[in-house]
Amino acid sequence: MIEFTMPSLGADMEDGTLVEWRVKSGDFVKRGDIIADVDTQKGLIEIEVFDQGTIDELIVKEGEKVPVGTIMAIIIPVGEKVSAKKKLMIKKEPIKKMVKEGSIKVDDRLKISPLAKKIAKEKGIDLSTIIGSGPEGSIIKKDIDLAIAKKVESHVEVTGGKKEIAAKGLRTAIASAMSKSNKEIPHFYLETRIDMTKALNWLRESNKERELKDRLLAVALLIKATAKAIKEVPSVNAFWENGLKLKNAINIGFAVSLRKGGVVTPAIREDDKKSLKQLMALLNDLIPRARALQLRSSELSESTITISNIGEGSTDKVFGVIYPPQVAILGFGNIVEEAWAEDGELSARPVVHVTLAADHRAIDGYLGSRFLMALKRNLQKPEAL
Amino acid sequence: MKDEETKVTILKLLQEIAPDIDPEELGMDDNIREVFGIDSFDFLQLIISLDKEFGITTPEEDYGKITTLRSLITYVKTSK
Repeated sequence: MIEFTMPSLGADMEDGTLVEWRVKSGDFVKRGDIIADVDTQKGLIEIEVFDQGTIDELIVKEGEKVPVGTIMAIIIPVGEKVSAKKKLMIKKEPIKKMVKEGSIKVDDRLKISPLAKKIAKEKGIDLSTIIGSGPEGSIIKKDIDLAIAKKVESHVEVTGGKKEIAAKGLRTAIASAMSKSNKEIPHFYLETRIDMTKALNWLRESNKERELKDRLLAVALLIKATAKAIKEVPSVNAFWENGLKLKNAINIGFAVSLRKGGVVTPAIREDDKKSLKQLMALLNDLIPRARALQLRSSELSESTITISNIGEGSTDKVFGVIYPPQVAILGFGNIVEEAWAEDGELSARPVVHVTLAADHRAIDGYLGSRFLMALKRNLQKPEAL
Repeated sequence: MKDEETKVTILKLLQEIAPDIDPEELGMDDNIREVFGIDSFDFLQLIISLDKEFGITTPEEDYGKITTLRSLITYVKTSK
C-alpha cells in the first residue's frame, strides 16, 4: 500500500490546494502519470505519481488546501491486497504529516519567548518559517503576530485574477526561501571571467547549418558546460541536509524570471546526458510553461544546483542566493565586449563574468575554484559539448 | 502592406510571445528587448514568428539590425 502525499516542490512550499483529481478510484497508474492538478505558490502544478498500482481511495477532496506531506490518496501496488482494518488505521491517523525539508529544527534550543511559543501553539503557527527579530534572533510575540496576520491575509479572498494571486503567493515563497537561505547558509563567492570568442564563433557557424527553429542559444552552451564541469567537481551538485549529500543525477535548475516580478527555477533533468539540441528543445518547452506558472511537480522539486542567467541582455555580474537545500548557484552576466590581455597583447573579446555562490559548510574555495576553471575550459571547446 | 499594418502585426506577435507586456509602452525608437525585458529565448521566438508571418528569412547576423520597432518595420519591408 502506497500513501500518496502532497509533494514538496522546494524548501519554500508549505501547502497546496487540490484543484482537480485526474484519476478516480480503481484507475491504474504508472510512474510519470499526472494524477492531479494542485494550486501552489508557484502556479498550477501537474502532480505526477512515482509508483505503479491502482488508485484505492482519493482522500483529499477537490478544493481542499492541505500541508505538504498530507496523505492525498492510497495506491495499491500490483498484486497487493489491503485489509479493511489497515485502511481504517490510515483514516484514524492524523492527516497532517508535515515534511520539513531542510527547515530549521524546532526544538528546545530554538530561541523563542515563552509568550510567543504559547501564542504560536494556540494559533497553529509553524515556527520554522519565522525569522526572529528579538535579541540574538529570538522569536518574540511581535514575530508571531506578524505571522498570524500573514496567515489571515492568505485566507482572505482576493478580488484580483488568479494570476495575481499566484504572483502574490510566489513573492511570499521566494521571500521565505531566500530569508532561510541567507539566515542559514554561510555563502562564499568566487568570480571569473570567460573569453567567449570560441564559443560564440562555433555557435554562429553551427547555427548557419540549422533551421531557424533549431537554432542554438548561448545559454544552451552555458548549461551544458556547467553540467560537464559538475562531472569533474561533483561536490557542487549536492544537498546540505544534516551533512553533505551528493546527488548522482545532474538536474540543473534554470532560473526563469517573470516580467512582473518573481522567479521560478524548473529543473532540466540529466543535463549531462543531453545534446545541445535536446537542451534547446527542453528550454523551448520549459520556459513558456514556467512563465505561465504551469509546471509539473517533478520539474519543481528535482533541481540539484541552480543557474541564473538573469544578466543576459542587461547586467554584467550576477551574485546569487543559494536555493536550499542546494549548495551552489552559478550566476552568468551579460556577454559583453571587454579588453582582454593575453600573451602580452590586448584585444577586445566577448566576455562573460561568472560567479559561484557556494555553501561553505559543504564545499571550500579550492573546490569552487576548480569547478569554475572546469567550466572555463569546457567553454573553450564548444565543439566537444 | 503599409508600415502601420506591419507595426500592428509586429506588436501582436510580440504580445503572443510575452502576453504580460503593454505594447503602448514601446516608442518607435526604443530598444524592444530593453523595454520589454525580452531575453534571447523570447527574441528567437519573435524571429520565428516574424519569418512565418511575413514570409522572410532572418539570418543570425541580422539580429543586430532589428533592435527597435522602426528598424524592424524597415527590415520586414526590405526583406520581402
